[in-house]
Amino acid sequence: MIARAAREIAPGMVVNLGIGLPTKVLDHLAPDFPVCLHTENGLTGIGPTLPYDRADRNLIDAGGAYVSTIPGSAFFDSATSFALVRSGRLDLTMLGAFEVAQNGDLANWKIPGKFSPGVGGGLELAQKARRVVVVTTHTDRAGNPKLLAECALPLTAARCVSRIFTELAVVDVTPDGFALREIAEGTSVAEVAAATGARLHLPADEIPTF
Amino acid sequence: MRLPDKTTTIEAAVERIAPGATIMLSGFGVPGTPFQLIRELVRQGQGGLTLIKNDANETGMGVDHLLASGQVRRLITTHIGLNARAVAMMNAGELEVEFCAQGILAERIRAGGAGLPGILTDIGMQTELAEGKPRIEIGGVPALVETALRVDVALIHAARADVFGNLAYAATARNFAPLMAMAADVVIAEAETVVPLGGLEAEQVHTPGPFVDHVVALEALTEEYGIVRR
Repeated sequence: MIARAAREIAPGMVVNLGIGLPTKVLDHLAPDFPVCLHTENGLTGIGPTLPYDRADRNLIDAGGAYVSTIPGSAFFDSATSFALVRSGRLDLTMLGAFEVAQNGDLANWKIPGKFSPGVGGGLELAQKARRVVVVTTHTDRAGNPKLLAECALPLTAARCVSRIFTELAVVDVTPDGFALREIAEGTSVAEVAAATGARLHLPADEIPTF
Repeated sequence: MRLPDKTTTIEAAVERIAPGATIMLSGFGVPGTPFQLIRELVRQGQGGLTLIKNDANETGMGVDHLLASGQVRRLITTHIGLNARAVAMMNAGELEVEFCAQGILAERIRAGGAGLPGILTDIGMQTELAEGKPRIEIGGVPALVETALRVDVALIHAARADVFGNLAYAATARNFAPLMAMAADVVIAEAETVVPLGGLEAEQVHTPGPFVDHVVALEALTEEYGIVRR
């Protein structure tokens, strides 16, 4: 899933990888791949994560990891950081999700009564990145589908998600709803459909695997 | 002409904070958090405070000391997920928490620092965070009115300062500091290094000295400023 999601990143893009699962995407990019990674707390040109004994106490990403700079990196304040996000300079963001609806609505910040740590920079990433893709498990820990006809949880942003990568499938959000594009090797279309909580449009031809 | 010297002791600087004050604190996680100023505020004990900070640090660090001592009434923030005490106090009704989208928090502070009453934005319009906020239409497009934030006191951590209060920040420790340093009636900066006038090149200054009221030199960095091994 992660390796497949990494292929979503095109050369030349400015990309923000959300906290959690999506940061693992980095491990699947070649060291010389031409991409500019952005983090909310004020850095473009994120370099490799460093071990504690080589870390700079003043240099973290928004998830708190001790990252580094590379030739061409820049530091800036929080207003500048989100000016970049809101003004259309962020080509792609990869986010986690609690729920994604078939119209692209995303819920990933709050489970009322259980989990409400705050929104961080998530609203602006979801609402304003040029392309929003979700990297998530296909179902939650209890086995309930995360891809739904409608979100039940409080929204992060409406109609923002373009594509979803899960361990089972690659699913696009289209004007007609969810469209299955690829399935994981060893998975069946029936299995993906059963784990999805909304109608899943199938391709006319044989479905590619990843 | 000579620029004035604003250096003072940490005790005298923090005594400027009155009970019930509104306070901005720089920092995103550890980098940029004014840990020593926070410690002194805990020691002096002013209560009923409203804090504005990106996050609530982690349990046992920074803002958490002010929460533990019961000095905080209200917190305006973006994310408190790394501080279980803050979450528990919020859920128990012991701490009033207002969540704000991170970049909108930055812009509300910037507006407060720029003498503007508020900003217009479409961020969060489709979420519960928009509830109760005035809406207007501008150019046929709906927008939320987000009020500016301006406070009594800003507590700022800088890597370097000169005695006039010109400030320079290190790496990602910059975050909210230059914005908050413009948005308070009293701005107190703690600096790892304080240099004489001319010790900071004009080109290196991130916050111009006229915004800053007091400069406190940190004698040594406590371990709170160090690497967090999780």
